[in-house]
Amino acid sequence: MKTIFQMSSPGRIGASLPELDVPAESSIPNELSREGDGHVGLPEATEGQILRHYVNLSTMNHHVDKGMYPLGSCTMKYNPKQYEDLARIKGLSGIHPMCPDELAAGSLELMYRLGEFFCEITGFEGVSLQPAAGAQGEFCGIMLIKSYHESRGEAYRNEVLMPDSAHGTNPATSTLADCVVVGVESNEYGLVDPEDLRRKVGPNTAAFMLTNPNTLGLFESHIEELTSIVHEAGGLNYMDGANMNAMLGIAKPGEMGFDVCHLNLHKTFATPHGGGGPGSGPVPCTRELARFLPDPVVILDEKGNYSLMKRQDSLGKLMAFHGNTGVLYKAYAYIRTLGAEGLREVSENALINANYLKAKLGEYFDNPFDNGPCMHEFVLSGDRQAEQGVKTLDIAKRLLDYGFHAPTIYFPQIVHEAMMIEPTETESLEDLDAFAEAMISIAGEATEKPYLVTDAPINTPVLRLDEVKAVKELCLVEPDEKGDNQ
Amino acid sequence: MLREIGVETFEELLEPVPGKFRLTEKLHLPEPLSELELTREFEELAKRNIGAELVCFMGAGAYDHFIPAAIDHILLRSEFYTAYTPYQAEVSQGTLQAIFEYQTMIARLTGMEMANACMYDGASAAAEACLMAMRITRKQRILVAGSLNPRWLDVIRTYLKRNDFEINEIPFLEDGTLDIAIARKLIEGGTAAILIPYPNYFGLIEDLQPFAELVHEHKGLLIVAADPVALPLLRSPGDAGADIVVGEGQSMGIAMSYGGPYAGFMASRTKLARKMPGRIIGRTEDRAGQIGYVLTLQTREQHIRRDKATSNICSNQALMALANVVYLSLMGEKGFREVSSQCYHKSHYLEKKLLEIPGTSRVFEKTPFFREFIISFPVSSIGLSDRMIEQGILAGMPIVELGEGAMLITVTEKRTRHEIDRYVKIATEICSGGSA
Repeated sequence: MKTIFQMSSPGRIGASLPELDVPAESSIPNELSREGDGHVGLPEATEGQILRHYVNLSTMNHHVDKGMYPLGSCTMKYNPKQYEDLARIKGLSGIHPMCPDELAAGSLELMYRLGEFFCEITGFEGVSLQPAAGAQGEFCGIMLIKSYHESRGEAYRNEVLMPDSAHGTNPATSTLADCVVVGVESNEYGLVDPEDLRRKVGPNTAAFMLTNPNTLGLFESHIEELTSIVHEAGGLNYMDGANMNAMLGIAKPGEMGFDVCHLNLHKTFATPHGGGGPGSGPVPCTRELARFLPDPVVILDEKGNYSLMKRQDSLGKLMAFHGNTGVLYKAYAYIRTLGAEGLREVSENALINANYLKAKLGEYFDNPFDNGPCMHEFVLSGDRQAEQGVKTLDIAKRLLDYGFHAPTIYFPQIVHEAMMIEPTETESLEDLDAFAEAMISIAGEATEKPYLVTDAPINTPVLRLDEVKAVKELCLVEPDEKGDNQ
Repeated sequence: MLREIGVETFEELLEPVPGKFRLTEKLHLPEPLSELELTREFEELAKRNIGAELVCFMGAGAYDHFIPAAIDHILLRSEFYTAYTPYQAEVSQGTLQAIFEYQTMIARLTGMEMANACMYDGASAAAEACLMAMRITRKQRILVAGSLNPRWLDVIRTYLKRNDFEINEIPFLEDGTLDIAIARKLIEGGTAAILIPYPNYFGLIEDLQPFAELVHEHKGLLIVAADPVALPLLRSPGDAGADIVVGEGQSMGIAMSYGGPYAGFMASRTKLARKMPGRIIGRTEDRAGQIGYVLTLQTREQHIRRDKATSNICSNQALMALANVVYLSLMGEKGFREVSSQCYHKSHYLEKKLLEIPGTSRVFEKTPFFREFIISFPVSSIGLSDRMIEQGILAGMPIVELGEGAMLITVTEKRTRHEIDRYVKIATEICSGGSA
């Protein structure tokens, strides 16, 4: 499709402003003014053209409101429409972040209550709502742990232990926090091997980072043993909450020996992903860690007033303001809609849907860690199909032809040709069956007509794209009229 | 479904969860609300945000600009807001092309060669730019302008909290511009970058070029934290010699929303793209030679490079970047310059009028400013702010570090002459000891 720049014609404008109603008396000195003739290179188009352009672009996207999105560990559930309207109520969306606290009492009360909900759901006592996304939540959590060690004169603790199945953000976060990653092996059941953990902990252990349920969709059954091993070595336990959708009202990380976790509101708490963000990654933690929480936290005083406060030992700020507040509004609405029983039902149905699909597909694909029920997701291997020359990437692309998004592929790395499938609780039985039928049909094609799979996708706005060319012949911006900028 | 799974009860699915951790009591949460009740609750909460009703002259990092209605109609397309990160490019061309266009607009605004697909906010983008400069230069000191937004400096300190990293502040002179003589001393012995806000926290426009020359002489990089709304009028950071340009995109079509979600932007030169954090969209072709877009240079990123990645960032603020690109399209070449120009003139108009009040003065003489300025009132700025609030005006941000009467005041294109004149009238009454 043409770009917005290619539709541009001098003189067109897509929005109008009132005329300037004050005298224009001074101007910016020449030496500080925009170079050349002041031209920026923004488009010139009418509102109608612009709307048509972006609406046409939008139709090239797959999205949750169109069809199933079984991306493992991403929890692509339905996003209730009402919450979009609620977050846009002027009182909530139109308020300046530095407004005095007493003039922002509504937002602050909502944020305070939301923090309380998160503590109740996770079994913790303090919370930061500031992190913008899961990865920033991880950074917050590891920095809390570092602050704790420093406060005890053990600033030298710099090793973060994690299993080989960890999300990529976990090791990247550890590096950002100036720690080194120590890998811990998984056992034949896909769970962390307690013996290996015991070998790896030591006087330099800062933290153990674990996703639970793990990235295979399995609950770490030895969790108490694992977290105890780390505590005994003087380290703390961090839970990556990407998979919290399996545990709402079922179990609490705070009771399993974890000291801190993050939540992904854009996963578990139904806020939309927006094509890659904004997310929100609140961090609940123990009372002991709470004194180091980022600046600010929301507090409630004896008089019933809510305010923002910087804790004395705060690790500092992660964002300029208080977090992705507009996302927090929606998560609050979600919890208020569902209540305790509704949240538990979310996780129950997430587990049932995942186990149902696992049972349906078990015959057609390999499942290297099928030793009983999974939690909210499971990981299949495309090994059997790969032997026939059809790779997992091909299966993923063929699913697009059937109108489904692909599962998360090639992750976790401990499974060959991995396909990580998370249906979520909001898919109906009919949709689950249709997805299973598509997968089974593709398994059949892989044997009988493999070209259908390896040539896929064919029913999409573009055919398979050349990623190598994209890297070799970097084109990151539209060339301007002069041919520069390429 | 349970039968298909091969269990009799749901509890059997919980078999891997040790019994002692299975909750037996339900969570202590308020009773659920119906849609109608929830709307009522939100309306009640919104009403208590009295600040949203005030006429806003507060800035300091978040701004009350005009937002054309058409933007939300695009953001509320399910196709955009209920999609995930565009991992499967063939069914994500909408998001990918829109963000490619965003990258292009950010690059053009800043005078740079390329931009990434956005960061969390301006402050975290600035912190990531410092880390990027340290990776490129292999040096571990950053010189930060003392006139940078203090909240941004806090974020940078959090991200750079390491024993081997050093952050030094370049102080500002009486006129609010940076003291280059001190910068010359501080830069010796291995500086990765100088970071300069443009305009600075006080609205003042710094001449970037001497700092670009200084830092380049010492084989470091110039990072500019630019306010995008000022850029149609100002010499572009790229032209002045910047190597990395970051900034806050909230001013371009995003609601203030009590602090977020916003979108930080980051632009640079193509030769530095491989050291950049965050997602980057590139143009390519499909099997039939048709143009298409993909996430590119992914080997920089955490899901591939893990502990060697350029950043841990995964989700960014894509929908907010979409708001930026739709805003810049709607405003376009002419409209965005008009926004910039009106901010400039309206802020100068208010400043001039306020200086007519006996006892008020400029804190920084003569330095050109954009949209924001500091006035010293003859009364306490905190007291004045409180009394202006009673009159329905959010007067600005008291900056007591610059004096008891000092206030940072912002005027966007949204403020009318009537609102500005009313500000002056009430401030005059308060300053003269009258009962406003």
